[in-house]
Amino acid sequence: MSTDTSFITRSHEENWLPVLELAVEEVFEIMLGSRVKPVAPSEGHTPHGEFTAMIGLAGALCGILTVCCDAKTAGQIAKKMLGDATSSAEEIGDALGEICNMIAGNFKNKLAGTDERCMLSVPSVISGGQYSLHSMAEGNSVETVLLFEGAPVAVRLQLQS
Amino acid sequence: MDKIRALIVDDSSVMRKIVERSLRQAGIEIEQVVEASNGAEALTALQNNKLDLILCDINMPVMDGLEFVRQAAGLECAKGIPIVMITTEGSESHVVQALTAGARGYIRKPFTPDQVKEHVLPVLGKKP
Repeated sequence: MSTDTSFITRSHEENWLPVLELAVEEVFEIMLGSRVKPVAPSEGHTPHGEFTAMIGLAGALCGILTVCCDAKTAGQIAKKMLGDATSSAEEIGDALGEICNMIAGNFKNKLAGTDERCMLSVPSVISGGQYSLHSMAEGNSVETVLLFEGAPVAVRLQLQS
Repeated sequence: MDKIRALIVDDSSVMRKIVERSLRQAGIEIEQVVEASNGAEALTALQNNKLDLILCDINMPVMDGLEFVRQAAGLECAKGIPIVMITTEGSESHVVQALTAGARGYIRKPFTPDQVKEHVLPVLGKKP
């Protein structure tokens, strides 16, 4: 389902925020059966970045999308995706990578005219919080923090100017 | 409905499990699930197993899903086995490429079990 969000008319990153938030909400609701809502930046919810999934975008949109949360939350996401099955560390990373992949795909599919001209990489996942991420696509960025079962999950889109 | 043998192709093991679960939730009885993590593995699996259905992602390392569908179309052992794509790629051009190459259905991620039912049952000759 595409919304009225032409890439051409959405030239400013703030216009992409509601589209990104909708893409995230749909993925969590459909794949995990969980309703998540964005929290205001002033509420001070910052996740401990123990798991970070990332996916590259190339073409009409060039940049990187990351999904970041703490280890317990990543485990809860995997558990929700897999039902009650116990999740290994590998499965937890795999699950978060797939969530990132689906958010990126859902986001670009909502930008009419962009989905045809934007490619996604396969996702990668970093476990451990002691790292710095330097994207070659430094430019506009949008970020939303959502609460999943009371814990913050940060989704950030960095685009090349 | 007879039990089916399905090949599930996705580079994510979590997603392969979710797809299998969705098939079961759609009321499809499964005799055997064969898994592959890319198109090249899927071609090997296709030649080594008797299958009734293939569910395939597009964006995968080594060989992507569209190339797998193109190569499978030339294999005698793949004749009559329906391929349904399950992918985050939602553009019309991807849908057209997949269907032109020989896929019989196309499901966009994120997906519900009902969507799996709606797209998979018809290619198995069943009413959704």
